Amino acid sequence: MMAALQFGRDFLLAAMQAPQLRPEAASSIAEGVDHLYFALTFITLFFTFIIFSTILFFMVKYRRRAENERPPDTEDNLGLELTWTIFPTLICVGLFLWASSLYFENSRPPSASTEIFVIGKQWMWHIQHPEGVREINELHVPVGVPVKLTMTSEDVIHDFYIPAFRVKKDVIPGRYSSLWFQATKIGTYHLFCAQYCGADHAEMLGWVYVMSPADYAAWLAGGSSSQSMQQAGETIFNKLGCDSCHLSDGTGRGPSLVGIYGKEEALKSGDKRLVDEAFIRQAIVNPNSVVLPKYPAIMPTFQGQINEEQVLQLVAYVKSLAPEERKTDGK
Amino acid sequence: MSTATIDVPEVPTGSRVNYLNAQYGVKSWLLTTDHKRIALLYLVSITLMFFVGGFFAVLMRLHLIEPQGALVQPETYNKLFTMHGVIMVFFFLVPSIPATLGNFLVPLMIGARDLAFPRLNLLSWYIYVVGACFTLYAVISGGVDTGWTFYTPYSSTFSHTSVIPTALGVFITGFSSILTGLNFVVTIHKMRAPGLTWFRLPLFIWAIYATSIIFILGTPVIAITLFLLGLERLLHIGIFDPAIGGDPILFQHLFWFYSHPAVYIMILPGMGVMSELITAFSRKRIFGYSFVAFSSLSIAIISFLVWGHHMFVTGQSIYAGLIFSVLSFLVAIPSAVKVFNWTATLYKGSISYDAPMLYALGFIGLFTMGGLTGLFLASLATDVHLNGTYFIVAHFHYIMVGGAVMAYLGGIHFWWPKITGRLYPDGWARFAALVIFVGFNLTFFPQFMLGYLGMPRRYAVYPAEFQVFNVMSSAGASILGIGYLIPLIYLTWSMRYGPAAGPNPWGAKGLEWTTPSPPPTENFEEIPVVTEDAYDYAQSTVTRG
Repeated sequence: MMAALQFGRDFLLAAMQAPQLRPEAASSIAEGVDHLYFALTFITLFFTFIIFSTILFFMVKYRRRAENERPPDTEDNLGLELTWTIFPTLICVGLFLWASSLYFENSRPPSASTEIFVIGKQWMWHIQHPEGVREINELHVPVGVPVKLTMTSEDVIHDFYIPAFRVKKDVIPGRYSSLWFQATKIGTYHLFCAQYCGADHAEMLGWVYVMSPADYAAWLAGGSSSQSMQQAGETIFNKLGCDSCHLSDGTGRGPSLVGIYGKEEALKSGDKRLVDEAFIRQAIVNPNSVVLPKYPAIMPTFQGQINEEQVLQLVAYVKSLAPEERKTDGK
Repeated sequence: MSTATIDVPEVPTGSRVNYLNAQYGVKSWLLTTDHKRIALLYLVSITLMFFVGGFFAVLMRLHLIEPQGALVQPETYNKLFTMHGVIMVFFFLVPSIPATLGNFLVPLMIGARDLAFPRLNLLSWYIYVVGACFTLYAVISGGVDTGWTFYTPYSSTFSHTSVIPTALGVFITGFSSILTGLNFVVTIHKMRAPGLTWFRLPLFIWAIYATSIIFILGTPVIAITLFLLGLERLLHIGIFDPAIGGDPILFQHLFWFYSHPAVYIMILPGMGVMSELITAFSRKRIFGYSFVAFSSLSIAIISFLVWGHHMFVTGQSIYAGLIFSVLSFLVAIPSAVKVFNWTATLYKGSISYDAPMLYALGFIGLFTMGGLTGLFLASLATDVHLNGTYFIVAHFHYIMVGGAVMAYLGGIHFWWPKITGRLYPDGWARFAALVIFVGFNLTFFPQFMLGYLGMPRRYAVYPAEFQVFNVMSSAGASILGIGYLIPLIYLTWSMRYGPAAGPNPWGAKGLEWTTPSPPPTENFEEIPVVTEDAYDYAQSTVTRG
């Protein structure tokens, strides 16, 4: 048993060195995922070998030597049955705990993450940085900093997949999904769409550029002179006339949006909902599903009138209406 | 095999009345209610569909020899993998063992003269054919490009291809599965020969029984799901498309609620065949009969509770993910128990290397690999990386092709003398088993590598760094293709030129071997009375003949 474990460890270390067997590992979780992967590989090969060599051994040893052979029955063996039921169950429980804790640890982004927004669209990736820089099929991120992507789709389901980071998440129309990573190695990595999305699915790919923080700052500064997402959102907010009802002092026909982000609101329906990105999006495209008490359900839907990028900009603007401003207003 | 031809049956096949020569003419086949003839109707239909689906696979692998695609436009490639999947899953794998071997063997194995509802059985085949016609019409009318999974809103709103005829074909064929399942359940409950208690049943019957339960409980769900898809596509009723108020993830829940159990529809009957082959060619009672029998039932039950493992990266709650993960690990256990019991059955047996046994060994090897690589996908952390890549493709082909198709071929080779009354050339059959095993591994093993390296599936073109493994896979596919053609040739040849088979050419136990080959229309002259357990080789004097 010890020898097998020792061999397994050596096998793992050797396999991890072989460059052809795994993609580049360039995120904080990649090494952990690879350890689990090669452990699973070892278990697979180990059991396949055990079973197959046993079968081959029996095949040769007990080959039919005479046509009239009648081997006696082998008695059923409850102990053996229980052993090969319980032992694999224990292995599976161990693997489950290992894989799940790894997944659980990595499922929530650290609170201080850099936020970037992604919109999937047949067949390209639109990326938008809060500072206003936009890119297509390219994603520039700083190394060593947790990055949180908030993603949605204009049309069908896509999937944002960076093999070198071992991360993947479906990008779904009508909702926001999020994914986070912390790149650990400066370099250029594949970005794939991993959910079949139509004719040019295989062309829906791009590159992730991991840069030093200084290079990233320079890139952001030099990239574009356009408005930040929040400023763009404010422009849309005023252009669509949102400001005529959502007065900041709360006297309008719609609720004030100042400081609403991050709060829990009781709805007319009786539900309680956290006001997050998804809530704000829903309030824009399907307002009557999230009416606040004391307000009439009179807001028209803006679905089809603005695209997902503009919705994200509006969300960024609403998020920026922080309580501090309310205090200022109050003076 | 040389021994198999020693005993010439006393009555030459030609002069004895059997189910094949009892009546002649097209009508006698198309209006038959004999379960054996219906099995042959299915055999011909699904073989046709297998080679249509296989042809698409060959085109795909040829295309992928070059990174920029060697053969077709991306739109065409998308249709190829969709049609390949739809045809292979719904029109070959699901009906394969149950509708052919199951139909032929269930009454013979339990000592009955036919299934409980012979006309319903014929109706099932006609329903299958109608469904297949709709799907083939979809192929001819330009094809469909949604992937066999029909994910919304792509399938319901965005695809411009023949989604409705294809979905209708699958919808219709589903009823064939439901009726077949119903027929088997009633037959197994009510028509067993005197003395044939539940725990004397051959394990093939247990496996078919478990499969039938999934047929009955699962198939209506896919029918409803595709019906809703059609409603949304034709009438724009918002069910799945968020632009009109639907939820695209709802589709995935409904789809996988059937389609994961459907995986077990495809593999459970194969496991049943394995239990028959391993015992017959080692002349041993199965080791741990009740463990093998109950593992079939527990697989059937747990299989309904693991659908969420297809959706770990859709953003479903991490707690749901944990539950589905642990259940997916659990469903692996009964399969492992079966493999261990088959292995233990060989212990101190009298093992012969006839062709069906080679297929059986191929099954154990490939199924073990397929099952163990499933653990990578039940593990949340690795699934996030592997989901949607070629690793998935490799994994399920190890189960579906390495497992189910190997078992199907093993079963066909095992019962071929019973079905046709003829023996096939054993040397060729062993050679084909080897070619298929080698070709299969060369095709699909490199795809595990591709998957971990991060190549997504369903890519008509791909980055050049993935080419080496793709070329290996394509080379394997051409070997595999030849491997499948060889049995087609010699089995067809044997129907006319093969030496006549006696009632029991393998010296196997089981009621089906006590009746002549091919069996008479009424199966048994007299309904047998069963006094012994299944696979009672030690006490018996059965010899080849």
